[in-house]
Amino acid sequence: MGCRCSSSYLEGPVQNTSLQNEGRRALMGCLLAAAAGIFFCEAATAVSTSRRAVHYVAKWKGITFMTSRQGLGVGGGTPYGFDVGDSERGTVLKGLDLGVEGMRVGGQRLLIVPPELAYGNKGVQEIPPNATIELDVELLAIKQNPFGHQQYIGKVKHAVFHTQKAARKRVVVSTEENVVASLDLRHGEICGYCHIFADVITLSSGGSVLRAWNLPDGQMVWESTLLGSKASKPLLLIPTNLKVNRDNVLFVYGNGFIHAVATIDGEVIWKKELASEGVDVQQLIYPDGSDTLYAVGLLGLSQFDVYQLDVKSGELLRHYNMLFPAGFSGDLSFVSDDTAVAMDSTGTALVAMHFQDGQISFHQTDVSQLIQDFSGGAVILPSKIAGSFILKLDSSVVFIKVRNDGKLEVVGRLGHADAVSDALSLSDGQQAFSLIQHGDGKIILTVKLSNDWTSNVIEETTQMDHQRGLVHKVFINSYVRTDRSNGFRALIVMEDHSLLLLQQGEIVWTREDGLASIMDVKASELPVEKDGVSVAKVEHNLFEWLKGHLLKLKGTLMIATPDDVAAIQKMRLQSSEKSKMTRDRNGFRKLLIVLTRAGKLFALHTGDGRIVWSLLLNTLRKSETCENPRGISLHQWQDPHHHALDENPSVLVVGRCGHTSDSAGVLSIVDTYTGEERNHMGSVHSIAHIIPLPFSDSMEQRLHLLVDANGHAHLYPRSAEALGIFQRELGNIYWYSAETDKNILRGHGVRKNCVLEVSDEFCFDTRDLWSIVFPSESEKIAATATRSLNEVVHTQAKVTADQEVMYKFISKNLLFLATVAPKAVGPIGSVTPDESSLVVYVIDTVTGRILHRMTHHGSQGPVQAVFSENWVVYHYFNLRAHRYEMSVIEIYDQARADNKEILKLVLGTHNLTSPITAYSRPEVFTKSQSYFFTHSVKTMAVTSTAKGITSKQVLLGTIGDQVLALDKRFLDPRRTINPTPAEKEEGIIPLTDSLPIIPQSYATHALKVEGLRGIATVPSKLESTTLVFAYGVDLFFTHLAPSRTYDSLTEDFSYALLLLTIVALVAAIFVTWVWSEKKDLQEKWR
Amino acid sequence: MATYYVLIYLSLILLLLPSALGISNGNVEGYSINGKVRFPGFSATGFGLPAKISNVKVILNGGQKVTFLRPDGYFSFHNVPAGTHLIEVAAIGYFFSPVRVDVSARNPGKVQAALTENRRVLTELVLEPLREEQYYEIREPFSPMSLLKSPMGLMIGFMAIVMFLMPKLVDAEELKRAQEEMGNQGVPSIANFLAGAQRTN
Repeated sequence: MGCRCSSSYLEGPVQNTSLQNEGRRALMGCLLAAAAGIFFCEAATAVSTSRRAVHYVAKWKGITFMTSRQGLGVGGGTPYGFDVGDSERGTVLKGLDLGVEGMRVGGQRLLIVPPELAYGNKGVQEIPPNATIELDVELLAIKQNPFGHQQYIGKVKHAVFHTQKAARKRVVVSTEENVVASLDLRHGEICGYCHIFADVITLSSGGSVLRAWNLPDGQMVWESTLLGSKASKPLLLIPTNLKVNRDNVLFVYGNGFIHAVATIDGEVIWKKELASEGVDVQQLIYPDGSDTLYAVGLLGLSQFDVYQLDVKSGELLRHYNMLFPAGFSGDLSFVSDDTAVAMDSTGTALVAMHFQDGQISFHQTDVSQLIQDFSGGAVILPSKIAGSFILKLDSSVVFIKVRNDGKLEVVGRLGHADAVSDALSLSDGQQAFSLIQHGDGKIILTVKLSNDWTSNVIEETTQMDHQRGLVHKVFINSYVRTDRSNGFRALIVMEDHSLLLLQQGEIVWTREDGLASIMDVKASELPVEKDGVSVAKVEHNLFEWLKGHLLKLKGTLMIATPDDVAAIQKMRLQSSEKSKMTRDRNGFRKLLIVLTRAGKLFALHTGDGRIVWSLLLNTLRKSETCENPRGISLHQWQDPHHHALDENPSVLVVGRCGHTSDSAGVLSIVDTYTGEERNHMGSVHSIAHIIPLPFSDSMEQRLHLLVDANGHAHLYPRSAEALGIFQRELGNIYWYSAETDKNILRGHGVRKNCVLEVSDEFCFDTRDLWSIVFPSESEKIAATATRSLNEVVHTQAKVTADQEVMYKFISKNLLFLATVAPKAVGPIGSVTPDESSLVVYVIDTVTGRILHRMTHHGSQGPVQAVFSENWVVYHYFNLRAHRYEMSVIEIYDQARADNKEILKLVLGTHNLTSPITAYSRPEVFTKSQSYFFTHSVKTMAVTSTAKGITSKQVLLGTIGDQVLALDKRFLDPRRTINPTPAEKEEGIIPLTDSLPIIPQSYATHALKVEGLRGIATVPSKLESTTLVFAYGVDLFFTHLAPSRTYDSLTEDFSYALLLLTIVALVAAIFVTWVWSEKKDLQEKWR
Repeated sequence: MATYYVLIYLSLILLLLPSALGISNGNVEGYSINGKVRFPGFSATGFGLPAKISNVKVILNGGQKVTFLRPDGYFSFHNVPAGTHLIEVAAIGYFFSPVRVDVSARNPGKVQAALTENRRVLTELVLEPLREEQYYEIREPFSPMSLLKSPMGLMIGFMAIVMFLMPKLVDAEELKRAQEEMGNQGVPSIANFLAGAQRTN
């Protein structure tokens, strides 16, 4: 979990030896940490990823300039709190962060902090530059987050190694999640961490944004916007030593312009338009030491164009072109500074293009001439090897050398290769590249030199987990071994988006970066505790058990090394209750089953966030029948709780083979305890809607209705029993579909078995029951929200202060729908308030009746909404006030409100459970209110508890990637400016125009869930507590108690005090007894 | 120094490539919004340096464009169409008000900005946090009062009241009379009761 460099910063020179000498004000032997320059006094135990509270006195030359001990309170002043690793984020002094590492609660240290770990060479206020300061620190408390916060980066697209002359060897990667991160090569931890949005680069009206970052900390150095008028593929060229006006220069081609940009400050030195003739520039070439820059591209697919520009001024020196009548297919592949290769339009011939001094020559070679058994289907692999290129055929790869006269020559051939790396220049002028081949459960990495195709520099075989799939990408890097030969390390990206570093045939580290792109989450219970139940491999074997006890013994005998101490800590965490693989009484321990975009399922333990099992679903892997598989959603398939308890619960994974809703669907059922696939169905009918039905069979399998694009509904599971249940309930099954592009909302029902060529008793025809067509000139569907299926509502009525009873209108079939004016679909600022309006509806999805409609004039989307019980909360933008707004709608049942039989209700004879049919015209009344809200909201959710008694909190994922828990009481439409005393007693808060943002109510505290996309809430068994899982690029898990933990004792509950009180009470009873005895005796003697 | 710049180049290669996927719509002549984010120097409540600006995001129109701060705290958005826009600053530990910025075609370069939270008009686009955010509740320090307020403290307190204060509240003579009556009736006291219980055993 602790994956920042700060925690590893101290590795090496720091050796804590005096371990057990603890105590307040007991300054034991000081240890010198030479490298960090911090003096450590006293020692031991504090795990990373925790929050600390300290008291400090900061002194410079003996003068106290800051302290937390001053102020009110018994302990004096407010303690200062920070998270470990905060210094990486720059919110706390690095010296303090590093200095408390390994401290125990109650311990005290004197830290002597050098300026580079304190205020640096600038100084702050009264502190002069380069001041060494002293910190007297007392650690008051450490608080651990159970699951906490995990950081991932996503599937790596590009990687650049940074190993030369660097103290810490790193690899800089950019990923599909738009993250640029710098990873520590030794452990694979994230060092610098910053988030880049691709849409910033692309959406900026035809300009690319060029940014330079400082590596160690991810600080942006400069930013430069390159304007242009025409969209094109961006190119970047960085000459190794070219100076214009004493500045280093790089060349960027984008949007039809070529720019020369100074590397020091991002200033554009010159720019030149090239796109005026429609040439698609594919490469910028700068031959070392010359004054000319070449821009090479294609016009149409048949004309080869070369521009020559002056590097200093950007002046166009020459422009020449040549037509190739047969035409090209695909991109140009450059093998040297003056030669390019491409396939011709038929895909059967290779064309070598030679351009120099205004002369262009083509040289065409048929692939069949080079390769005898060629049967079509060749692709040039991008590899950047000087003088040669790699041609990928159906069953093999061929290395082809391009001679100076344009003739091609086959120099090597290999059976098959799954991934090829770019060429890497070695120190002796040679070029190396690597190939990955898959074997049976292993991968073979071969490194070859570009001038010798037949022999391998290195061939290494590594065992590979089957759950990782194929290798998608490989990047290599070389290092010099002790015997001066070249060693290679390879960074490989797998099919499941995980990242591995291979060195000497071994996996150095792995990162599960597939978890950065979670599609859906479902929670699953853990097994009931009983003997002999073991899930996955969590139970230690005997040897490990012995080793653990030995370590503990070492700890008590004070001979443990710091590594041992860390191991003991880890073990304690492991063996503590929260990471056990069984159910706990409070229902806090659960498995979170997550589906990632790579088609892999993970089970995460909520106790410590570890991966219990993972499964790469074969149905969601690319195959001939399924070109673009994509997981859509997870559904609870089997959730045994009454009978069939010996069955394991399972989830249904639904996926599609293509991007449109009419592409074939795939289904798998996965056991959540073992992570094994029980059943799968590939390429079934298309899947447009998935409707979980509220029925389950004798095996507790939930019935699901999958509606395909042709309007047929398919019943799952395909068993006679399920069919029987379904046919009984046939008339009571309804669903709706919102067709956003057509602006129609339709209600559907099931009719009869469908008529197909092959009879299928599990297939049913559907009928349209009703439809609502929204006027397309004024409204466009922007958002919908429904109640969560398994939400529990405890109280159906609300008694107001004046003894009125309001009955909540609770129906599972309510839909919230918001439409915006078509003009206002764009971003804020594109429309004036008069042109825009937002209309919200509450619709009964059985009858299609609109229960409530409201227009917000001058408002626009994006709309985020959440529906719970009888209320909806939605977030939108108010253009008139130019602020975000949140509104609440509460729906009450009028029919029952008229029926004033409170006495009957009290006596329990009121029949609240009498059947209510959706066909009876419901008489409802609504209450609604709007409030301003400061931030943009990315996603919304609501807390859910076991019985629905606890009040709710609305969870808002803000634009700053934090999760704010807002009490529902603030979103009560009955709030008034001056509530009466009776209303105040009821808990109504005086009305304010904006919702308060209380920093303490951030569920994420000082952490960020980078790239936040969704929030899932799961009820625990304890009524007061909800489990909250927020996911984006990072993952975050916490417990929330919306009304505080009223049903359990607080963490700091003192059992000792309770015992003491009981003892005191018993003693008092005896004392009084003795006294009364005495008194009695005296009375009697009298 | 040379390696330092090489690093920048490396990261640049990484940066630019994602944009290869993007399609930009041309021919929209936009305006630029330039501004600065300023943090209060020394924080009064905490021990921090001014927030590290590499972790600060500046967001235009709820995520339409996102940019970062330069080391001097400046930021800019380019190619912004004329109209009324919203700028938000996301920085952990600080509360920033969103800013309404009017970009008008008539007088380019003139900034018209106002904080939406308190409607304060900004003469120049310098954004400062409205307040610092403390995400953690401060644990109350130990005090004898908290011990007394706890359920156990209340129990002991109540017992003490019953034991020492109650007898004083009752009039002495009345008590005597009552005791006499009780003595006559033989109502068991605790002692009697316990003794009686023992006897029945």
